[in-house]
Amino acid sequence: MKIMVVGCGKIGATITKALIAEGHDITVMDNDPAVISEITNIYDVMAICGSGTDCEALAEAEVDTAELFIAVTGSDEFNMLSCFLAQKMGATYTVARIRNPQYNAKKSDLLKKELSISHAINPELSAAKEMLNVLKLPSAVKVETFSRGNFEMIELSVKENSPLDNMMLMELRKKYTEKFLICAVERDDKVYIPGGNFVLKSGDKIGLLAAPTEIQRLLKQLGILQKQARNVMILGASRTAYYLSRMLLDSGNSVKIVEINHARCIEMSEALPEAVVINGDGASRELLLEEGIANVDAFLSLTGDDEKNILLSYFALEQNVPKVITKVNRDEYFATAEKLGLETIITPRKSIANIAVRYARALQNSMGSKVETLYKLMDEHAEALEFVAAADCEILGIPLKQLCTKPNVLVGGIIRGRRAIIPNGDDAIMAGDRVVVISTGHPLADLEDIVEG
Amino acid sequence: MNRRMIFRVIGSILQIEAIFLVLSGVVSAIYKENKSLLAFLLSAVIAITVGTLLKTFSKPKTFVIYAKEGFVIVAFAWMLMSLIGALPFVISGDIPSYVDAVFEIVSGFTTTGASIITSFDGISHGTLFWRSFSHWIGGMGILVFVTAILPSVSERPIHILRAEMPGPTMGKLLPRLKDTAVILYIIYVIMTVILIALLIFGGMPVFDSIIHAFGTAGTGGFGVRADSVSSYSSYLQWVITVFMILFGVNFNIYYLLLIKKIKNFFTSEELWSYIGIILSATAIITVNIFSIYQNFADSLRNSAFQVASIISTTGYSTVDFNNWPTLSKTILIILMFIGGCAGSTAGGIKVSRIVIMFKMIGKEIKHMLHPRAVSSVRFEKRPVDAATTKNIGNYFLIYFVCFFVILLLLSADSITVGTVNNAFETNFSAAAACFNNVGPGLSAVGPLASYAQYSDFSKIVLSFAMLLGRLEIFPLIIALSPSCWSRNK
Repeated sequence: MKIMVVGCGKIGATITKALIAEGHDITVMDNDPAVISEITNIYDVMAICGSGTDCEALAEAEVDTAELFIAVTGSDEFNMLSCFLAQKMGATYTVARIRNPQYNAKKSDLLKKELSISHAINPELSAAKEMLNVLKLPSAVKVETFSRGNFEMIELSVKENSPLDNMMLMELRKKYTEKFLICAVERDDKVYIPGGNFVLKSGDKIGLLAAPTEIQRLLKQLGILQKQARNVMILGASRTAYYLSRMLLDSGNSVKIVEINHARCIEMSEALPEAVVINGDGASRELLLEEGIANVDAFLSLTGDDEKNILLSYFALEQNVPKVITKVNRDEYFATAEKLGLETIITPRKSIANIAVRYARALQNSMGSKVETLYKLMDEHAEALEFVAAADCEILGIPLKQLCTKPNVLVGGIIRGRRAIIPNGDDAIMAGDRVVVISTGHPLADLEDIVEG
Repeated sequence: MNRRMIFRVIGSILQIEAIFLVLSGVVSAIYKENKSLLAFLLSAVIAITVGTLLKTFSKPKTFVIYAKEGFVIVAFAWMLMSLIGALPFVISGDIPSYVDAVFEIVSGFTTTGASIITSFDGISHGTLFWRSFSHWIGGMGILVFVTAILPSVSERPIHILRAEMPGPTMGKLLPRLKDTAVILYIIYVIMTVILIALLIFGGMPVFDSIIHAFGTAGTGGFGVRADSVSSYSSYLQWVITVFMILFGVNFNIYYLLLIKKIKNFFTSEELWSYIGIILSATAIITVNIFSIYQNFADSLRNSAFQVASIISTTGYSTVDFNNWPTLSKTILIILMFIGGCAGSTAGGIKVSRIVIMFKMIGKEIKHMLHPRAVSSVRFEKRPVDAATTKNIGNYFLIYFVCFFVILLLLSADSITVGTVNNAFETNFSAAAACFNNVGPGLSAVGPLASYAQYSDFSKIVLSFAMLLGRLEIFPLIIALSPSCWSRNK
């Protein structure tokens, strides 16, 4: 499929990388010749140096043949205008990165409609949602939701001496009555889809799929349930911080924001009157201790500076804060941060790449069973997808044990109506079901792709 | 430096070369030339063994390569390919000396067309086919070919192609490099087939047609007769003239035609400069040589043919232009340096570089008149960025440095070629003809003569000059500089 990406900053490059891995033909556009030459060196794309709002440059890039047009420059207005032009010039679907809260308010859907933007993406908002999910269930490293919250996939790390350590999956299933499925295990940088006789070890990272209530009960049984974080300290009054605070405050939690820039503090306190906004340098231990870092349920480091985020998160860990979330933009720092013991690391652009990939796959397969949700799991070694089974899907009504599924593909869950089913071999997929599939290796575009042939 | 990846890619190239050698062996088999058939099969076995060994003993840890590896891969691939490609000439006995054989095959791959063969009697068809086929392969580039047919050569293959494809910047036609390479080869094959058909239609024997089509397509210049194409009919000479010009045009332009962007085709600045140079050179030479032929049609045909042949750096000839007036000969020498368009199979400095260079000079003069003037160099309707202009300036400098070093080395040789009176003209034109991948020069290396008289030392120098010219200097210099190989420089 032919896809155009306008703006090759961090987000644009991440999207480009993800879409190339999917095998699409990518044309990128950016104003800066240095960025263009860098991107052509690294990725196999057609690169055009020009503005995404310049009709001639767009025509040169053959925007009329683009099936998907993604504008992700730093400016909302630029992205919207660029998408508008592209759509008028013949691009089929347009996706714009729109970050400013005022464009994202429900009322101003008008703007999106009038400019015929098919989809608006907001990296900061999706990062904030991701963080909120984890704050609700702090035992998890990561929480992804499927089918409007009917299923949740959580990533857990197996600690030493936890009840999961040295546990065979079959025994685990016998011991606990809750309906759940351990659908992926990451060990030594490799991801496995485990069978019944797989033995968990400390240091493993596991992906657990179940309905949210079942997850709560299971974690309680296992004795590793941490209570929802209600008392949160956020460092850095970024956009992500604003979105997250808004959501936390709306559900009655207490939020304290530490920000060094005085003007930003004033804006923040005006926008979020319920929050406590502290003007001061978050890098100062004294200040954090004074503001009670030792007593908060969760500490989030969301400044624009990766190094600062990592170091202060480490400081918070030392102060025994139960849950620490770190925002890291650069891939290179991931491994280092993990070595320091930071578990929940969130990168806004990763979730955006997932959205772009999902969108592209759904477009590619607009006739069959579409991909509704797509998450990359376990450092991108595996993916979890949610499909809606179409009426003409060829694998309907066949018990799963009779399906000849590809290796490394697992049907993890089925949502029928409002009921979440962890299927066994006798269950079958019916028309209209939402099916959660886990795959390590094969990119799946259609539900039928799970079977061999 | 990812050495394993370098060995791996070079290994694949040698395996591909083995296939080409077998193909030439088939030609030998058709003409029942057992000796050269054996030579090709033996060489193919050597190529495939070396290639497979290189690949099996270097399993890369990572497939990522950078610009540095790209240069090294291209430089060594071309050198190794030539060293192995020379073997069949020696084994079959057609060219007994290995240095001569290397000179001949380097001249083939670099599409120069300079030959050390003095007489074509007794040279096997297989050998003739192989040296012309090497033109065809080298013209568009072996690594472009590999990119087009193999699933994935490496991660970031752009670094390899950029090092191999001529011209100041590389224009991609399609988002994916592989698709671009495929399109280029499709255009190349189609044009070659059309040319073969037109030559056969004009009464040229099939074998000769294929040889001359390869020589023209690659802008090489190897033929089957010592007097080049002068004994063919004027229809055939005109066909070759037109196609030499066509193969000197940037192939991206043909792609624009294919996708019906005819407007862009007619507004290409490089194309019009190229055509303008050809027309004016032809006009001047036609007038200048009219006294020799006393006939307008012959003057025009000979002048157009020679101009097309030299500017596209092919090197075929219809007459011995050694006998032409000095003005005409000087124009031809200048055309050698200009060469064809970027992104074509031709050699030389390239028209786009020349045009940009003149515009840079114009800008400089304007700047002297109005010291505060702000202006930019524009080419193909858009400003040329500072990195490209700097690169072109540097290229000119290093180009002439290399040229004069080659000339100096030829002159320093104890064996003088030509008479005392024309030795300088011979050496100068030999250096220019080899460095620009043209082929024939003037005086003792003129169109009817050969390079056989040079010493082994000079032949090695000239072989190196041909590679320098084809790969546009930098890859070879980078690959052979010690700092590229030391661990941390």
